[in-house]
Amino acid sequence: MAVTDRRPATVALLWMLLLMATGAHGATLPEDKVDAFYHRYEGGGMTIDGPSVLVRKGAGNQVSFSGQYYVDSVSAASVDVLATASPYTEERTEYTLGADYLEGNSILSLSYTNSSENDYEANTLYLGISQEFFGNMTTLTIGYARGWDTVMEVGNDSFEEEADRQNYQLGISQVLTPNSVMGLDFEVVTDEGFLENPYRVNRYVDPSDPTNYLYQPERYPDTRTSVSAAVNGRYYLPWRASVKGSYRYFTDDWGIDAHTVELGYVHGLGPNWTLEGGIRYYSQDQADFYSDLYDYANSQTHLARDKEMSTFSGITFSAGVQYQWEQISVPGVDRLQLGLLVDYLDFDYDNFRDVTASGDYLPGQEPLYGFDAWVTRASVLFEY
Amino acid sequence: MRAASMRRFLPCVLPVLLLAGCSAPEPWVKPYQRANLADPVMLDSRRGEAGNYIQHVYGARESARGAEGSSGGGCGCN
Amino acid sequence: MKASNWAMAIILALGFLFSGLATADVSGTTAPDFTLKSRSGENLRLEDLRGEVIMLNFWASWCGPCRQEMPHMDAIEEEFRDYGFRVLAVNVDQNRDDAERFLESVPVDFAILWDHDSTVSELYDVQAMPTTVMIDRNGQARHVHHGYQPGYEDDYRTQIRELIRE
Repeated sequence: MAVTDRRPATVALLWMLLLMATGAHGATLPEDKVDAFYHRYEGGGMTIDGPSVLVRKGAGNQVSFSGQYYVDSVSAASVDVLATASPYTEERTEYTLGADYLEGNSILSLSYTNSSENDYEANTLYLGISQEFFGNMTTLTIGYARGWDTVMEVGNDSFEEEADRQNYQLGISQVLTPNSVMGLDFEVVTDEGFLENPYRVNRYVDPSDPTNYLYQPERYPDTRTSVSAAVNGRYYLPWRASVKGSYRYFTDDWGIDAHTVELGYVHGLGPNWTLEGGIRYYSQDQADFYSDLYDYANSQTHLARDKEMSTFSGITFSAGVQYQWEQISVPGVDRLQLGLLVDYLDFDYDNFRDVTASGDYLPGQEPLYGFDAWVTRASVLFEY
Repeated sequence: MRAASMRRFLPCVLPVLLLAGCSAPEPWVKPYQRANLADPVMLDSRRGEAGNYIQHVYGARESARGAEGSSGGGCGCN
Repeated sequence: MKASNWAMAIILALGFLFSGLATADVSGTTAPDFTLKSRSGENLRLEDLRGEVIMLNFWASWCGPCRQEMPHMDAIEEEFRDYGFRVLAVNVDQNRDDAERFLESVPVDFAILWDHDSTVSELYDVQAMPTTVMIDRNGQARHVHHGYQPGYEDDYRTQIRELIRE
């Protein structure tokens, strides 16, 4: 994999340049705006909240710049943390700078993101091109992202590992009728390096006492390649509403298969209000090397007790509302909108057990874990 | 030529065939028929950046990643 | 590598096949005649305006670049009206209320014509929103602009000056 790594990237780049050369008349850049929201995740013993502010400004007719500041403030006492450590608070800050360039009916996008917290640093470079064809009925998007991560460990200053990522994205959106549009998306992700979590451990039966278990650090493969393919469709309903459906299939070389199904409904109420609601169902099969409880130490080359690698399913119910002012008397402001989005998540694990459950359980007999969470986003958006 | 080496030329031949063969159909949804597609109820961009946030939430809790959706439709102006 | 070769070929083929195919527009021909109801109430026929330079614009309330262009069109009509020039803005909204609501927030002086069932848009083979057609004093469609980018209004002014002098 390492030797051929550079070639797909160069190929992707050449494709983007070639596509730009085939343009006719144009697409449009996004509007200048300030887009800020407060986000809050509460559930599974964790509260994560923080602000996000994005500012976008065009320079001339062909270029638009954007900058985003985002923070996650974590106060966590999740089941992983409670099982093996003590509750903690932490902050992750993320900055993104982006530029979009319009030429004919192609938009070339470039962005750089830096995410940093006390034990993890991630840098990502993204290059994308979006091209409209066929009387602007078809939109093709190609994206390439490259990430460089540094994994550290609080309390262990000598620990520092790297992990690299590459994402290859292809999307096609096609207008079918004056009332419907559908899309196909395809993405390949490869990771390489230290992919496990330095704090997380897995458990095995204590050889000297079968009613007890011991811990050892998790051990993941150094590489991971995944493929996902999704299809979605949107249909306009005559009373100023729409329905949307999507399905995504995911598979990777760690043995994980996942399905995601989403349905959504959006309803326009007069010129100012928009209401929306949706439901999402997610299910996945475990990684080949996952186990909630191993029979003995080092029973496999790779060990994972990360619940993210287990067999589980999750359902989300969501609702939202946006209010847009029709006419703004504030000089310089073209459009002003307030929004509120609320999601209720309910996850149930088929083979990850809650070792913090009260009561005396034999290893492997603890109740299966599950959690629910509320996610809220309150936003203000104005175009100028 | 052997079958294996002939297959290598196929990707080069395909565009030529497509160009030489069928004539392309006309776009059947005209630019002035995009009113409904341009309506905010049909666009995910209506929600702004807040709309994308939920993918952070799922990304940190689910193994699946990628293919989260690309944009299209809309007014198709210019 | 095989798979990416195929992907390359397909994308290349799609690109050449679809993007270069812009069908011929009305430029260089006699601008097709039509009669539409105007916002001020009376019917307006294109041929009745023969002898004037006409800037025919197709717009809709849901089209961002159309909204950007409106104030410029208003300024242009004021500038050249005395020399025998008119702006005709054909609205293609299916719902007149949407257009009226827009015109309340962006008031303009030029003529607005209603083409709710798109007959004139089809007649002129409109290929992008907005579309602007410059018609000379003999009723010939001389220039067609597909879309609007800031700066196009300078091209409009140059072309109008030429057509007025003829």
